[in-house]
Amino acid sequence: MAEQFVGKASEFKDGDRQIVRIGEHEIGIFRHEGEFYAYSNFCLHQGGPACEGLTIARVEERLRPDKTSMGLHFTNDMNFVCPWHGYEYDMKTGEHVSNRKLKLRKYEVITKGNDVYVVA
Amino acid sequence: MDLISDRGRRVQVEELNTTKLLAHAAKQTRDRKFDDVLIVDVDAHHYENENFGEILPFMENEVLKQLALAARSKGGRGSVLPSVPGYQDMGGRVTRYPLRSSEKTDPSRLRDAQLGERWMDALGVDYSCLFPTGLLNVGLHPQKEMEFELCWAYNRWVTEVALPQTNGRMFTQLCLPFGDPEGTLRCVETFGHRKGVGGWMVTTVRPKMPVYDNAYMKTYRAIEERGQTLAFHSGPSWGDHTFQSCNRFISAHALGFSWYNILHLTNWVVNGMNERFPKLPVLWIEAGLAWIPFVMQRLDHEFMLRPSECPLLKRKPSEYMREMFYSSQPMEIQDMDALECTFRMIDAENSLLYASDYPHWDFDLPSTIWDLPFLNDRARHNILGGTAHKLFKLPPRNEAQKQNLIKYGNYVEC
Ligand code: FES
Repeated sequence: MAEQFVGKASEFKDGDRQIVRIGEHEIGIFRHEGEFYAYSNFCLHQGGPACEGLTIARVEERLRPDKTSMGLHFTNDMNFVCPWHGYEYDMKTGEHVSNRKLKLRKYEVITKGNDVYVVA
Repeated sequence: MDLISDRGRRVQVEELNTTKLLAHAAKQTRDRKFDDVLIVDVDAHHYENENFGEILPFMENEVLKQLALAARSKGGRGSVLPSVPGYQDMGGRVTRYPLRSSEKTDPSRLRDAQLGERWMDALGVDYSCLFPTGLLNVGLHPQKEMEFELCWAYNRWVTEVALPQTNGRMFTQLCLPFGDPEGTLRCVETFGHRKGVGGWMVTTVRPKMPVYDNAYMKTYRAIEERGQTLAFHSGPSWGDHTFQSCNRFISAHALGFSWYNILHLTNWVVNGMNERFPKLPVLWIEAGLAWIPFVMQRLDHEFMLRPSECPLLKRKPSEYMREMFYSSQPMEIQDMDALECTFRMIDAENSLLYASDYPHWDFDLPSTIWDLPFLNDRARHNILGGTAHKLFKLPPRNEAQKQNLIKYGNYVEC
């Protein structure tokens, strides 16, 4: 297991991301709501750069108790989207939001003081 | 650059660099040694509206030209092409749409050619057939004269301005103004001999399109005699009354592309067009593949019950369908057994043509074909380029490609 320096935590703002390479690994590291999340940058669809696209809140359709629709709404859960064709992944788990069995490889992120490392 | 995200939030992203965006595709190209495989992409696009400043002056009719130019001038409030509602970019999730204008190119050379080389090199594509984007809606234009003028101008621009700047890497199946049967024939007779013209494209997004009408027989004959292809290119039309019940773009898109090909292929086959023009290669483009077994089953079933309605047919509809050509994208790689069955039913080894549809949102990489577990090497090579090499007479770009074409029985002198 190799540790790769990603950056200074103080310079890694909420909403930022970095892409790092460790050998064959290509890893996207996000900072979201103070936490770090790191996933393989190879999309499970056709291999696109899964971590390099838009981050956007998950969309849900809200129903009333009588099952009538209240339309589409953004939730407070965050997704990141592969820019090639739009696979949407759950920021906190790396799972595809439509099929939770599809899951990007997750990497460990460690902080030592102000330094952020990813482990591969 | 920043993109609009949820609730007005802006997300910082780099400006677009196609080579960088497709770096993982380039890795697939290297890993699979695609340089040794002739890869022909029979359906790729540019955004021709970005070139309307050059295209519209090629219009013939001075009055219509003035209308079109004025509509596009600064402050002009007209529109040249019908537009249909839709969200191909998925709210910017497919970032190459909103970032497109940020990509840098050399201003001294056609931007489309430069962008084309970037993505083709990344995907390992040797040749691509350049189709327009907005002009796929030209069949919705209420004026057949304007449809003709726009197709005419585009065909001139493609053959006189665009293709000569692509180093032979791009070819075309030119736009037919199908709403104007005489104009359609005139296009074939005028542009048919031009360099880079492999065939002809009819956009199937139209309110009405009788492919069997006697008015088109001369055109089909002219194309057949030239040894060129006739391609029907599908598209979505959310505004069409058929799709007005769809309240989500996904529904209109998923059904629309397949629907128009289902409709026109059915008319083509039932009216015995394959019997009338047996040497005319017909391509059905951008509808995926899942619809084809359905149509085969439906038509074969009814053909057995109602033969008197299609007396020109000497064989089952599915047999004619197997002899036509289909572009692969967007290939529904979901149920692998169903996909394998589809390949068998359409004789994919001889009828399927790889298409990327790049840069549109649901493009497919060559690996979608190469990695299919049920294909043998001959099928892989045929689908990715061998069959298209024979259809469009595109020469191999290196010795390894030539040897592979020979090995799999596809090589023809070009
Ligand atoms: S490669 Fe990521 S969505 Fe297709």
